[in-house]
Amino acid sequence: MSTTALFFTLIFVAFAILLSFWQRIGLEKDIMIGTIRAAVQLIAVGYVLQFIFQLKSWSLIILMLAIMITVATLNARKKGKGLPGVSWRIAVAITSTEILTMGLLVGLKIIQTTPQYIIPISGMIIGNGMVVSGLFFNRLKSEMETRREEINVYLALGATSKQAVSSVMQNTVKASMLPTIDGMKTVGLVQLPGMMTGMIVAGANPIVAVRYQILIMYSFTSAAAITAILLGILTHRLLFTKAHQLIDHL
Amino acid sequence: MQKLIAVENILKNNLHGQAILNGITASIIEGELITIIGPSGSGKSTFLSLINRMTDPDAGTLFYKAKPYLEMDVLQLRRKIGMVFQMPTMLPGTVRDNLLVGPKLFRETVTEEELDNLLDQVALPRSIKEQEARSLSGGQKQRVSLARTLANRPEVLLLDEVTASLDPHSSEGIEELIQELHRQQGTTILWVTHNLKQAKKIGQYTWVFADGEIVEQGKTIEVFERPLHNVTKDFIADAFDKEEVLTL
Repeated sequence: MSTTALFFTLIFVAFAILLSFWQRIGLEKDIMIGTIRAAVQLIAVGYVLQFIFQLKSWSLIILMLAIMITVATLNARKKGKGLPGVSWRIAVAITSTEILTMGLLVGLKIIQTTPQYIIPISGMIIGNGMVVSGLFFNRLKSEMETRREEINVYLALGATSKQAVSSVMQNTVKASMLPTIDGMKTVGLVQLPGMMTGMIVAGANPIVAVRYQILIMYSFTSAAAITAILLGILTHRLLFTKAHQLIDHL
Repeated sequence: MQKLIAVENILKNNLHGQAILNGITASIIEGELITIIGPSGSGKSTFLSLINRMTDPDAGTLFYKAKPYLEMDVLQLRRKIGMVFQMPTMLPGTVRDNLLVGPKLFRETVTEEELDNLLDQVALPRSIKEQEARSLSGGQKQRVSLARTLANRPEVLLLDEVTASLDPHSSEGIEELIQELHRQQGTTILWVTHNLKQAKKIGQYTWVFADGEIVEQGKTIEVFERPLHNVTKDFIADAFDKEEVLTL
């Protein structure tokens, strides 16, 4: 795509701003900020990636992945506001997911160990981990609100905190994994995923693009399961005291 | 009869540091049926939660058969001191599933005959076993809650306003059940209630809570007929006045 063509894409933004102004929706400022941020962030990351791809330095790849995990953690932790120690739990869950998934992809020689493969695929895995973590804490909070009495009944009957909260955790893990599984069921029928579309537009053979998309979808499934289950294991202790008492202020 | 539970200088604050229980010292003798009354927010329900360690005090000590709570296994303690809540929350599954929760937690088997006996105790038909627990009426649910707690064979039963969400007919049924249970098995019972007629009718002993303290305790008839503390006098008079107005 030429720079002129890229420049012309601003017409779409102008169109959105005009519509917002005409209908008095009041989103003009947000659209402008979003447009500038998207351009600056993507151009910056483009140059960073180009730099890393040329250098092929492992320390830079790891630094890039660490930044991705940090940003994902900071974003997802907003959903777990009020729970102490939630940040490191999310960081551990996403990092473990990345290590396990990448370990399998590289170990089984499914992808090459070059920055061109590792960084974009890691980005997608980490991004999905961020979404799964957000969904996990959203659901956990609502489950704890609505099923507090049920948990207390289990505790009063002599259940451990783990036993008392097991059904809540099952529902929470399930709810945070479902969008990934549903996405897999409808992919190709409802929409063509961004990565595959990007590859096809960039001139890749659609069959090659589909193969990579399948790789991503399958690895997403295990990544979602790993993130959600790890969060389940790490989080249940946050809700109770050592004497199996439900903490009041949650 | 031995002293079953003793509490000494119990202090409990809320999250904002305000006192809910303010230096409570009391003891419960085996086989007693104690009704606990007092204005809303006086600390009655918090007191019950402390008795089966659903929460811990900020200061003070609780003893079960002279052994400090903190030296006991909390899960075993909760089994010995069963608690039934105001809202009859049914756990997923059938009535049978609900009744088996406690024994299963402690890897115990329950015979069909024992299940039937539990249902007999709470005056529910044996045929109700396979019914979905959440489909039952409020009164039936509270009976299942009671039977579910009794399945653990508790030595002490804590009842936290167990009839508050029930209609008068169901409420009377539960009162009769508890009285019968106490008569037949001599279970020690602490019953928190807002219903003073109920407290007077059921209790052997009554404790009056106000501002996080037990301001009066004694035989139920004496507390109601000849209250000593001004708080008790005002609370009882006020509550009975309101009831009279409501029944006019």
